[in-house]
Amino acid sequence: MSQVLKFTKIQELIYELPIERVMKKNVIKVSPDTLMTELKEVLRINRISGVPVLEEGHLVGVISIEDLIKALVEGDTQAPVKKRMATKPITVRESDSVVEAVKKFTQYKVGRLLVVNDQGELAGILTGGDITRGLLEAISLDYHAEEISRYRAKHIFEDIVSDQTSLILRYSVKSKDFKSGGRASSKLKRALDRLGAIPEVIRRVAISAYEAEMNLIIHADEGGELIAEMQPDVIRITVSDHGPGIPDVNRAMSPGFSTAPNWIRELGFGAGMGLANIKKCADYMKLESQAGVGTQLEIVIYLKPDSSDETTPSEEKKQELS
Amino acid sequence: MISLREVIEKLKVEPLTSNQSLDHQVASGYASDLLSCVMKGAKKDAIWITLQSHLNVVAVASLLGLSGVIMTEGNRPDPETLAKAENEGVILMVTPKTTFTVVGELTSLGLKGEAEER
Repeated sequence: MSQVLKFTKIQELIYELPIERVMKKNVIKVSPDTLMTELKEVLRINRISGVPVLEEGHLVGVISIEDLIKALVEGDTQAPVKKRMATKPITVRESDSVVEAVKKFTQYKVGRLLVVNDQGELAGILTGGDITRGLLEAISLDYHAEEISRYRAKHIFEDIVSDQTSLILRYSVKSKDFKSGGRASSKLKRALDRLGAIPEVIRRVAISAYEAEMNLIIHADEGGELIAEMQPDVIRITVSDHGPGIPDVNRAMSPGFSTAPNWIRELGFGAGMGLANIKKCADYMKLESQAGVGTQLEIVIYLKPDSSDETTPSEEKKQELS
Repeated sequence: MISLREVIEKLKVEPLTSNQSLDHQVASGYASDLLSCVMKGAKKDAIWITLQSHLNVVAVASLLGLSGVIMTEGNRPDPETLAKAENEGVILMVTPKTTFTVVGELTSLGLKGEAEER
């Protein structure tokens, strides 16, 4: 999965990164009247393979080392640059994304592109190497930022000291909003990932949060709220709504029992497995409901593999129904 | 293990998500149209075969870290679902074949239907 994400990240960057972020701004240029022999020195001293040609600030052409070699071969070294330059340089705009430059490189098979601003004035120069370097820098910045936020998140419980520190995340879930199905649980999953939780535990949290979230979407008259309280070693998810309530909690818990209407079943929900799945994933689960009033579901999952034995009396691990 | 690319080539299913890598390895297979069953049974890196083609398929696949989803019998996701899949890094494929046929073909490629044990 991480490979997929990294790959996508580069592609995203190619589309997002403007050319001005990767181009070289210090452009060495020559005038149309510069002689080819002078050009040779400019290229040699600066170790470059081509330069734009400017006349009174306006871009009039581009001349490269290949043009110089041809001039040398033909003994035309005293000619002015304007005689041998390419007059229609390939340009890109500085505000364009890097992908535009990549396209032009492929299309015209040139070694460099001249970058112009919105007024058509020369703003920089761009080679394939600049793009590679720019992308690598952007990725490492991005990676660095992600690392920092991960590091900070992981140490939040050490950095902020109290007798008992909790991080509380609240998600409100709308009734019948199937399009947002999984939104809260995805965000919760990402938060746990940042906090450095164990993948197996994250998976159990994600599954139980998803089932609880879908229950609110499918069944709750006015939607409801999913509150996740995180402590260093435990997560407690409380899911509550204001109706319709479950008339028979024991029956609702039995696998395969569902009250979902047909149109919801056609979407693949209403298998009657939701609460059973939560029970399987949770270390502790408590479901309270009153018909006509509302339902409250509490899910507890220990974030560290051994903490359940230390902190919980074994009878409390069983689900409680009332 | 085989790659998604191999699955796509051998089964001639059509990948819909454009900007995802197809080198992702497929560890096992799971077939169901009931999302909670998938939640319960599909393992990480499994390929999921289903008739369903709506938005929540992407949510389930993403939450479980599945390697890909094959939508059978010509069911196709709408643009919104596709956009979400691209965004979440979920690979969607479609085929006119039935779920039964696809599962049979995957089995003959050596994929097993190991269900998550919990």
